Amino acid sequence: MKAKGNYFDAVIIGGGVVGCAIARELSKYKVNVAVLEKEDDVGWGISCRNSGVIHAGFNYKPGTLRAKLCVEGNRSFAKLCQEIDVPFKKIGKVVVAQKKEEIGGLKKLKSQGEKNRVEGLQIINSIELKKLEPNVKGIAALYSPKTAITSPYLLTIALAENALRNGVSFFLNTEVKNIAKLRNSNFKINTNKGKFTSSYVINSAGLYSDKVAHMVEKNKYRIHPCRGEYHILDKNVSWLINHLIYPVPQTGAGGLGVHLTPTIDGNILIGPSDKYIKRKDNLSITSSVMKMLSAEAREFSPLISPGYVIRSYSGIRAKQAPSSEGGYWDFVIEESDKISNFINLIGIESPGLTAAQPIAKRVVEIINIKERLNSNPNFNPFRKGILRFEEQDEKTKKALIKQNSDYGEIVCRCEKVTKKEILEAINNPLRARSLISIKYRTRAMMGRCQGGYCLPRIIEILRENFNLAPREITLKGNNSYLLVGYRSNKESESCKKKKLLSLAEGLLV
Amino acid sequence: MQEKEVIIIGGGAAGLAAAVACEQKGIKNVLIIERGNYLGGILNQCIHDGFGLEKFNTSLTGPEYAQRYIDKVANKKIPFLLNSMVVNLTPQKEVVVVNSQGLQHYRAKVIILAMGCREQTRGAIGLPGTRPAGIYTAGVAQELINLKNYMVGEKIVVLGSGDVGLIMARRLTLEGAEVIMVAEKLPYSSGLPRNINQCLYDFDIPLLLSHTVVDIQGNGRLSGVTIAQLGKRGGIIPGSKRKITCDTLLLSVGLIPENELSREAGIVLDSITGGPQVDERGQASIPGIFSCGNVLQVHDIVDNVSLEAEYIVEGVIEYLEGKLTKEREIKVELGNGLRYVVPQKLVSIKDTIFSFRVNQPGRKKILLFEDGRRLIKKKSLQRVNPAEMIRIKLSSRELEGIKTLKVKLV
Repeated sequence: MKAKGNYFDAVIIGGGVVGCAIARELSKYKVNVAVLEKEDDVGWGISCRNSGVIHAGFNYKPGTLRAKLCVEGNRSFAKLCQEIDVPFKKIGKVVVAQKKEEIGGLKKLKSQGEKNRVEGLQIINSIELKKLEPNVKGIAALYSPKTAITSPYLLTIALAENALRNGVSFFLNTEVKNIAKLRNSNFKINTNKGKFTSSYVINSAGLYSDKVAHMVEKNKYRIHPCRGEYHILDKNVSWLINHLIYPVPQTGAGGLGVHLTPTIDGNILIGPSDKYIKRKDNLSITSSVMKMLSAEAREFSPLISPGYVIRSYSGIRAKQAPSSEGGYWDFVIEESDKISNFINLIGIESPGLTAAQPIAKRVVEIINIKERLNSNPNFNPFRKGILRFEEQDEKTKKALIKQNSDYGEIVCRCEKVTKKEILEAINNPLRARSLISIKYRTRAMMGRCQGGYCLPRIIEILRENFNLAPREITLKGNNSYLLVGYRSNKESESCKKKKLLSLAEGLLV
Repeated sequence: MQEKEVIIIGGGAAGLAAAVACEQKGIKNVLIIERGNYLGGILNQCIHDGFGLEKFNTSLTGPEYAQRYIDKVANKKIPFLLNSMVVNLTPQKEVVVVNSQGLQHYRAKVIILAMGCREQTRGAIGLPGTRPAGIYTAGVAQELINLKNYMVGEKIVVLGSGDVGLIMARRLTLEGAEVIMVAEKLPYSSGLPRNINQCLYDFDIPLLLSHTVVDIQGNGRLSGVTIAQLGKRGGIIPGSKRKITCDTLLLSVGLIPENELSREAGIVLDSITGGPQVDERGQASIPGIFSCGNVLQVHDIVDNVSLEAEYIVEGVIEYLEGKLTKEREIKVELGNGLRYVVPQKLVSIKDTIFSFRVNQPGRKKILLFEDGRRLIKKKSLQRVNPAEMIRIKLSSRELEGIKTLKVKLV
């Protein structure tokens, strides 16, 4: 298969973690692939707004794709992270029962997990729980040693960068408007950035996967957005917990319940809530949920104070189950039975991050059966991320500064991010240049001062390096300009009025 | 490892005044470590005037005020490092500095903490709504406008009536932006009365007390905020919500002493001031580590920062001469009406300046210092305001022989 003009063998719609994993998986073969992403960078949908947990797989009904692909994903995750230089830590998880009635739920989870072939699950009593988690209340818990954490946005970026290096084309700020099947059986994909044609379309549009499917097959799927809000706690209190702390899940709930998640960077997340909402782009945070999250966290540990919160945010689950029903439907990963070569990925909510690679493999399998793909002899599975100065030992730090003095300039004081890292981030291979892109790549602006110190510095670095006009410096692409221009000499109405008044007073004198 | 007599962390108002005072008292081998690329710290972006009325008996701009000290530092050749971030401070008074020259270790007999403060963020106060571009803390907006020559927005709502917010309301107006209002959650302003008059009333900018932002709209750039009036107990008054179209929300909702280094060194902090707990010499819980300026307690007037820095240097001298002895330990207890007091404890007998803030505005109040039932000092105050720090000096004679010390406002 060959590329010509804007023709690609396969077009992947959606650059989330799943789309990027598919891109990387396809780049192992001699296939010409494009990823179309409507945002200014990859991973800005569900992929960057979740707990970053690599699940073990005991939460899902045996026999489902969710269970199977989750367990598979968990097993191969460490290797993936090693290849593409993404942080990964197997810290383990405890599902904590607060009441006697909940112990049955723990046992059920354990046997379900065992059916799914999850290893190492154990029910522990309150004394054992205290040993694992001195600051957490509970009468018993299910301990899962295989549950791990990663950085969901770094993972998505790494998958994309590795795919890019292996020949995949990425088109950012490219939103699909409509799709038509041509007579020669190719697809014509119209976007805000022009026309693409392809032999295959892979719909990994996440929240909007129903909308994309609808472009070729009317009303086949429906995604119900279900919002989850989070608090992020200051790194100062990372000592509060050692493992992921979950409640016993309630049947029919949209999520796994408000939990405490140590992030790979040393913060703690509280959340997510679950609330079905109307609009898929309504990422608001709300007072009532913020209060609820703090209260629920205190159920686990009274030491958690709302004063530790440095930021709150929300993410939106792509649920197939409507609000009247709740709970989960299984992942849809299939070729449309009516439109051949159109592959749908629908309802990839949790554990989509864990299962991203197995999902990608499954998609490639669907294509491979039809096409017998030739492997790409030049495929390089490795990718290096940005070296973090702060994480190095003193000797290395000294050597780095000697090598490049930009390592000696700390731009973000909270996360101790150096100018060298910022420069690497703004020169990323995907050419994403907004503040959020820099933030996800370096952690600058993610600390307790939330950019109070580094924001003006980063703006200057961006302007200097790309000769940007003030309006071109954005928070997250599109219409999210940070500055309206340079200072002008324009006078405001009240200013004029004030001057006239003083003039009048002057005349009176 | 380089050895120093005194290391001052921070080259802003407090650090500069401390350095100059050290030099005047004959301390050699002082080093100022500043992370920015100039001395003077936040004063450089405060281009309005009103600084120096107490200290120099004239009204200066921030940069002019800083320059008076920078000139002295230059004349006396007091050493300083720029673009140098202190990344670690140990209880043994070792300091690790990162700059383009490398990573260096220093050790000093005395450390003076003068790191200043940072601004409270949206995340910390839990403002609901979306998270678009166009939400700035007032100080960041001030830096962007005054030091980088950018405009941050055209139609602006300011939340919080801290001094920086008030000053920025005026600044943005003068630069051609429309400042729609300043909303303040409390029933009184947290800024200085002179700033309310000169920055808001003189420019017809409305100040809405007991109002806050309850929602933020916009996905790319901010498109508006919803404000609401708050009742006596802080709840939203039904029907008081209204949407305001604007492109910028400026936050001036509090300042927090920047004590990350102090915390890592194990210095005991005061949960109210956010600064180190200190004795009458400004000495923190680790001997030989002193603290002054906004890192100790947030000040409203820079002159007081300079005075505080000069005052603690007296203790630094005594410490270096081995004259600082612990004669007693009296905790300064806080009675009615006061939010905090600095110093938090007394360990010797010395003329001592106490700094306070009151809980709420009031008139005709009396500040009482008591040792049990014995009245030590009494001071009448015509008008008190949480925005204005109260500083009162007690002489060593008044403080001699006391067993306890309690301060209250009646």
